Amino acid sequence: MNKEKLANSLIFSQLRTMWLVLKHTFTKADTVQYPEQKPYLAPRYRGRIVLTRDPSGEERCVACNLCAVACPVDCIALQQVVDDDGRKRADFFRINFSRCILCGFCEEACPTYAIQLTPDVELAEYDRQNLVYEKEHLLINGPGKYPDYSFYQQSGIVIAGKGKGEAEQERPPIDIKGLMP
Amino acid sequence: MLTDLATIDSLFYLAATVAVIASLKVVTGSNTVHALLYLVVSLLAVAVCFYLMGAPFAAGLEVIVYAGAILVLFVFAVLMFGLGKDETINAPKSKSVANMFGAMLLAFALLLELTVIINNAQIQQTLQANVVSSKAVGIMLYGPYLLAVEIASFLLLAGLLAGYHYAKPDVQGSQL
Amino acid sequence: MMPEMLWKLLEITIIIALLIPMAAMLVWVERRVIGIWQDRHGPNRVGPFGILQSLADLLKILGKEDWIPPFSDRLVFILAPIIGAICVLMSFAVVPFSPDIGVSDLNIGLLFFLAMASLAVYSVVLAGWASNSKYALLGGMRAAAQTVSYEVFMGLSVMGVVLLTGTFNLREIVLAQSEGWLIQSQFVGFFIFLVAGIAESHRLPFDLPEAETELTAGFHTEYSGLKFALFFLGEYLGVTLISAMSVVLFFGGWLMPEPLSAWLPPLVWFIIKIMCFVMFFILLRTSLPRPRFDQLLKFGWMVMLPLALLNLIVTALLRLTGVL
Ligand code: SF4
Ligand code: SF4
Repeated sequence: MNKEKLANSLIFSQLRTMWLVLKHTFTKADTVQYPEQKPYLAPRYRGRIVLTRDPSGEERCVACNLCAVACPVDCIALQQVVDDDGRKRADFFRINFSRCILCGFCEEACPTYAIQLTPDVELAEYDRQNLVYEKEHLLINGPGKYPDYSFYQQSGIVIAGKGKGEAEQERPPIDIKGLMP
Repeated sequence: MLTDLATIDSLFYLAATVAVIASLKVVTGSNTVHALLYLVVSLLAVAVCFYLMGAPFAAGLEVIVYAGAILVLFVFAVLMFGLGKDETINAPKSKSVANMFGAMLLAFALLLELTVIINNAQIQQTLQANVVSSKAVGIMLYGPYLLAVEIASFLLLAGLLAGYHYAKPDVQGSQL
Repeated sequence: MMPEMLWKLLEITIIIALLIPMAAMLVWVERRVIGIWQDRHGPNRVGPFGILQSLADLLKILGKEDWIPPFSDRLVFILAPIIGAICVLMSFAVVPFSPDIGVSDLNIGLLFFLAMASLAVYSVVLAGWASNSKYALLGGMRAAAQTVSYEVFMGLSVMGVVLLTGTFNLREIVLAQSEGWLIQSQFVGFFIFLVAGIAESHRLPFDLPEAETELTAGFHTEYSGLKFALFFLGEYLGVTLISAMSVVLFFGGWLMPEPLSAWLPPLVWFIIKIMCFVMFFILLRTSLPRPRFDQLLKFGWMVMLPLALLNLIVTALLRLTGVL
């Protein structure tokens, strides 16, 4: 290292740094005054989790447990029941938000778009027990990010009001015992 | 009253007593760092004595050089040993109150004294009457005592060179 | 006699009673200003503009457990923070705040300041030793080496001032600057004094004794509660002290050039100057990175010491030839 460079790094660069920092006296703060002034959260921000309903107003979740498996911190617990109309539902569905890391893996794993993360981050509670959300807390009255999607209208499962082969993109079943082509 | 006590004589003897007691504690104590602390207190007391005898310059240098620099180096050396095993064996087992607050009391006495001196206008005046000014000290050092100063500086130079020699990386170039 | 002494005591009490809240305020000012420089807001919730933040911190720190580690050396552990705070407060005794405010006109005022600065290192070293933990010990050793080294240049750098004014009395030094501040001729000395002062009060960028990133908190790793607060107080008083001394020695104390001096009382000018320096200290803290320890010592002995000696010799020569 030559002398000139050394002197530069010793004195000049220090002074330059100080000048650059001093200039920040007149720049606007990047942070916001949080409770009064809310930062913009994008629609796909990963916050509080909700369970959505399909366009007909029925629960989307079929309690397949995929989200619970995907969850890295194991904070989802649920139990499946099959209703009389053929639909599968979660008997209970519990998310422990004091453990949830809001990673969004559950949303990725869900085949029915039932579980969705919303841009609501204000989850603070004084009592930790209040962070355990049951199904009635999670369920919302709407389809969330996918307004038209309805799992049962896509799949071949028979439910009350939809027989075999009546789903969208599904042909009527072929009678394999008949003679007609 | 405080003012009656605050004559130069009594202050001097108080400081001198503190110095003597602290020095005794230096040689009787078994804990190295505590002993060094007592030495600091003793030096401070001596500095107060100097000040009271009208040599503020010497007092200032005493504190700066002895208490402030040389003893810090001592402490620095002792720090290297840490509170090791040999230290704890020698240390007194029961930490009596006297042992705990000895240094504190002595230092507090000095602090009080210093405050009194600083506060007391009368003492200030008497002190200023017969002080050895720093100018006089300089003239003395470079006049009658020139030889002593030079010898001392030679000694220090020798010490400096020896220190440099020991701290130098050895011939193989490996760091000490 | 008696009322005079009482008046002095009152003056001391008032000065201390103003200095300590000021040091507490400084913590808030520092956090706020650093916030601004880092494009943040800083603490602004407690009271108007967050002014009471320090008070809240104080209350919190009082509520903390004042823990003395069982493996420590109790006596020294308790003594260390007290020494620090006392030494810094004692130094303020010789600072002339304005023509008629100031505790003492010691005729060795400058030496007294240097002496107290050199005693203050005991606080750090002993804290490091008494904590009996390796981080604290390393911090203490760094503090010892750093302070002893930088004390040398600090002493040498102010000798130029003493040469030009011919006195150790701080009030006389200020009065001697009525024609022109000493910074005009002693800028090298001022630079050295400032750097040494930063190192003495172990502020960033020379805060190696407490370097958080490598030593957790250095010498006060084991401290908590009130004793920790005392260290904090000592540090911020130290910053104020170094600023005040720079102003007194190089920037004419309470003196101002002609038209300005009439606008505000001398004390206010003095405080304004001090605040400028404090701001500078904070700016240093936000902008400069911390050097390695060997770099610090090398810089001291290889650059600052020759520079200080050169400054002294040149000043003496100029004085002898009558230029200054
Ligand atoms: S939320 Fe989705 S993934 Fe989880 S159980 Fe229900 S359907 Fe399955
Ligand atoms: S967001 Fe992540 S952590 Fe939270 S419930 Fe879903 S998978 Fe589990």
